[in-house]
Amino acid sequence: MEEEFEESHRTVPKPKGMADPEARRWEYLRYILYRPGPWVPEEATQGTEAVKFLERMKVLVIGAGGLGCEILKNLALSGFKDIHVIDMDTIDVSNLNRQFLFRQADVGKYKAEVAAKFVMNRVKGVSIEAYCGKIQDKDESYYKQFNIIVCGLDSVEARRWINATLVDMVDLEDGDSIKPLVDGGTEGFKGQTRVIIPSFTACIECQLELNAPRAAVPLCTLATIPRQPQHCIEWAHIIAWEEERKGDTLDTDDPEHITWLYQKAAKRAAEFNITGVTYSMTQGVVKNIIPAIASTNAIIAASCCNEAFKIATAMNPSLGAPAEGENNYMMYSGDDGVYTYTYSYEKKEDCPVCGITAKKIEVDGEMYLRNFMDLLAEMPDAQLKKPTIRTEGQSLYYQAPASLEEATRHNLSKKLSELLSSGDEVAVSDPAYTIDFRFQLIFK
Amino acid sequence: MLKLWSMKQEQQKADNATSGPKKKKVTAAQLRVQKDLSELSLGSTMKTTFPNPDDILNFVLTIEPDEGMYKGGRFSFNFAINQNFPHDPPKVKCKEKIYHPNIDLEGNVCLNILREDWKPVLNLNAVIVGLQFLFLEPNASDPLNKDAAEDLKSNREGFKRNVRAAMGGGSVRGESFERVLK
Ligand SMILES: [Zn+2]
Repeated sequence: MEEEFEESHRTVPKPKGMADPEARRWEYLRYILYRPGPWVPEEATQGTEAVKFLERMKVLVIGAGGLGCEILKNLALSGFKDIHVIDMDTIDVSNLNRQFLFRQADVGKYKAEVAAKFVMNRVKGVSIEAYCGKIQDKDESYYKQFNIIVCGLDSVEARRWINATLVDMVDLEDGDSIKPLVDGGTEGFKGQTRVIIPSFTACIECQLELNAPRAAVPLCTLATIPRQPQHCIEWAHIIAWEEERKGDTLDTDDPEHITWLYQKAAKRAAEFNITGVTYSMTQGVVKNIIPAIASTNAIIAASCCNEAFKIATAMNPSLGAPAEGENNYMMYSGDDGVYTYTYSYEKKEDCPVCGITAKKIEVDGEMYLRNFMDLLAEMPDAQLKKPTIRTEGQSLYYQAPASLEEATRHNLSKKLSELLSSGDEVAVSDPAYTIDFRFQLIFK
Repeated sequence: MLKLWSMKQEQQKADNATSGPKKKKVTAAQLRVQKDLSELSLGSTMKTTFPNPDDILNFVLTIEPDEGMYKGGRFSFNFAINQNFPHDPPKVKCKEKIYHPNIDLEGNVCLNILREDWKPVLNLNAVIVGLQFLFLEPNASDPLNKDAAEDLKSNREGFKRNVRAAMGGGSVRGESFERVLK
């Protein structure tokens, strides 16, 4: 085996200009891109073209925390040259143990900015543009510019948002509108890497049940028999705040708020003879910070970047590649030895995000809602006889519950043009179908 | 780059796809709530009210128990659902001050599926059934109002009397309650 490898290794054309230190720096990466391996599809570009292609790839990294630091470093060291990063958080002292792109002097600064600067200094020729803010600040026109998106997030909500945005961007007439999403996640010794090819593979929403909500302690335990310092903090968070600071919206980034909770929790802990409540524990519990382990982050980030590299170069089959057995999910557990399992998570037909594409229908704006509903009942492919119908901002007609039926009934005798404008999307549910329907109404 | 576009696309194409400027879409949370609402079985003892009918994520559920210790009372619960539903459970609070072992004086409710046992596969109907059950079987072993729980445990008849007194707008153990009898 070894000789064979040596043999094929020797047949690889040596990239030109090896005397050049910059070329020598990337020598081994280029072996991969210059050598046609067994998995390389015929149409894949190789050699200098492939290197250039990789360098032109625009990658967005979402999150510059534990996973994000690793991801940025790996992407830059893998030959990606045009990287963007989004994160809204600032650096906290407790991040320093594993978020290795940050130093003591960076505490309080934006993660995205510091991480971008560090990696750019370290890896010559890489450009990393940082955006310090929420992913929700940006719209389709922003996400459209990227070829690949790599997520290292700790929030289910943010994942669901970017997933819905990317699925929504898919335009079946434009291949460029399909943005592969590589999503990494870790929790303690466990983690997963999944690749979502919007509209091809299962999306994040299809897999929602996998995200086990965090283990919560019963409210009555918090209220009457706290046993652990965390119980006292949760009590301060859920019960004391509501009672004593009604109307004040808790901001988990506000030190005054955390201090208040910390003091409440400490007092309660003392009453129950519990020790161990600290300021940073308070912050951790309230912000729902999942204990992160540096090596789990490193393993998952490496796997994410491996997938991103394969997607970008087509040198080897990636997760989510529809032609290759459709594996799209890799779970990893380091709890007991090492265990990984790679499988295909099936797309859900009734997924509210990727299971339904809006169908465009032309209607007369002068038509009454009542008549539009008759039209739905007569549609050949789905006869919606008891439709409940809404837009994003408006309940147009609800069959149930009774109070909502009553409140929306008057809309039945309104014209469509009074209720919405041409191009608006409506979602329709009907008890006869487990899936919902979306229609974009275009006025004739 | 992975050749996405050359790969076989099974979905319907072109004529069905939407185009033009994108409009706001009904969110996954809204769709799910819409579905859950259509499957509610409220019976004769419960009804919903929507302060803003366009916003289905916030509503009030009124329960009028027709049996058990709370018979004849009228209790309403605020349901606040966020965009992370059904990953996050709905937030439910009782609007009236109530003497109940599993509901505190602020209206917090101790119901397992609202917190530790919530799963995205559960629906709003499961929550409503759970609330209804709290009125039929107040549970002294999961106390949120400790005094009420002790009371129920030590003297069931006395507890019953206190529940009636509280519902009538009287005071129990120095705490005054509002009248919730119909
Ligand atoms: Zn989906």
